Amino acid sequence: MASEVLANQPDGQVQPPDWRDPKRHLWLLGMVIPLLGVAAWGLVELTGWRGLWWFGPMFVLVLVPVIDLLVGRDAQNPPEDALAGLEEDRYYRWITYLFLPAQYATLVWGCWALTSFGLPLLDRVGLAVTIGCIAGIGINTAHELGHKREQHEKWLAKVALAQPFYGHFFIEHNRGHHTRVATPEDPASARLGEVVYEFWPRSVIGSLTNAWRLEQVRLTRKDGSLWTIRNDVLNAWLMSVVLWGGLCLVFGPGLLPFLVLQAVVGVLLLESVNYLEHYGLRRHRVDGGRYEKVDPSHSWNSNNIATNVLLYHLQRHSDHHTNPVRRYQSLRDFPESPVLPTGYAGMIVLSLLPWAWRKVMDPRVVAHFGGDVSRANLHPRNRQRVLRRYSA
Amino acid sequence: MTAYACPGCGYVYDETVGHPREGFPAGTGWDDVPDDWACPDCAVREKVDFEPVGAGTT
Repeated sequence: MASEVLANQPDGQVQPPDWRDPKRHLWLLGMVIPLLGVAAWGLVELTGWRGLWWFGPMFVLVLVPVIDLLVGRDAQNPPEDALAGLEEDRYYRWITYLFLPAQYATLVWGCWALTSFGLPLLDRVGLAVTIGCIAGIGINTAHELGHKREQHEKWLAKVALAQPFYGHFFIEHNRGHHTRVATPEDPASARLGEVVYEFWPRSVIGSLTNAWRLEQVRLTRKDGSLWTIRNDVLNAWLMSVVLWGGLCLVFGPGLLPFLVLQAVVGVLLLESVNYLEHYGLRRHRVDGGRYEKVDPSHSWNSNNIATNVLLYHLQRHSDHHTNPVRRYQSLRDFPESPVLPTGYAGMIVLSLLPWAWRKVMDPRVVAHFGGDVSRANLHPRNRQRVLRRYSA
Repeated sequence: MTAYACPGCGYVYDETVGHPREGFPAGTGWDDVPDDWACPDCAVREKVDFEPVGAGTT
């Protein structure tokens, strides 16, 4: 148990053994995600309703948001003196490691089902979208692993990203997004007035070009050679080429459009989360023109328990950006940080309806800046309109 | 040789070790590291934020 670990601190300090992590066993529920594919098949068999091949998006965009609304918020925060023990408790990291074999078993099963069940096209599209939802939430698992100091965890992050062909994410996210978060220069920080459909291409293209630039800077410093297997963009993509190529060899080239579809769904799911995490928030320049240090006011948080468990505390985003190396189980909710009206899953749905999103979120951004909208990260396209509207 | 610590996450850049992966071989002095180099572990703080952790550290 966590309390036993707490009692044995590496620095010899004995921690109070009376705090137990109430979510310790709940984290195992994250394994529900990779099972969504097989669950879709089981539900179709059970009910005879073929629409359930689309169970993945139904789960992520309907079921989880409803559970978040019904179950409510997660009142638990680990106390300061429990953090070191939680970080060292290897049980938690094994949960993230085990996501990967389940993710890949489902992918292989899905490829087999897509090519040998004789399903009509609409059902196959549904299954590919369901597999794509797993790939997208797999990017979240990769995100957790990619931030860690241990080399094997960084490698596992790349493995998880091979399925959606998004291996460059862990380079740009860690060294690009985290340094430029909540600034107009960051492609992965949404601007007030920017709709999700224009954010998607800006973030996807900006993240890709920035990952390449970061590797260019690093490798130029080393020995100047960019076209090498040590280029993390190239070796991560190579993993995807081998994976997709292998699957197409086994299951036939007809699989390729479905692999592309699941990757697109996975990436758009991830980018929708990127969209809501920093919408409109902006760091200010301090002396010398540098941006102020990242603090909890630069991320949107949510503390709804269902999404908390399924996304490994990603919603405690302020703590994550303040302490990016900190493991998911130790992240805390800061009551003073900006809070979304519901969980990330529900907010993804809202973001797909730009009019409703802006109605809900723009006043919240304005309130966050004490009514001074000029301090927000404004979209250049409608900057003047927003300034006129909120300065009255 | 001197070492410098990231005030955010505790990563230490030791001049004797450098950071070969980032392109700073062992022995690369702190002065040769660019000012905008972000902490390779947390990326929250940059070189100019780092604090010396004392001379003679290995």
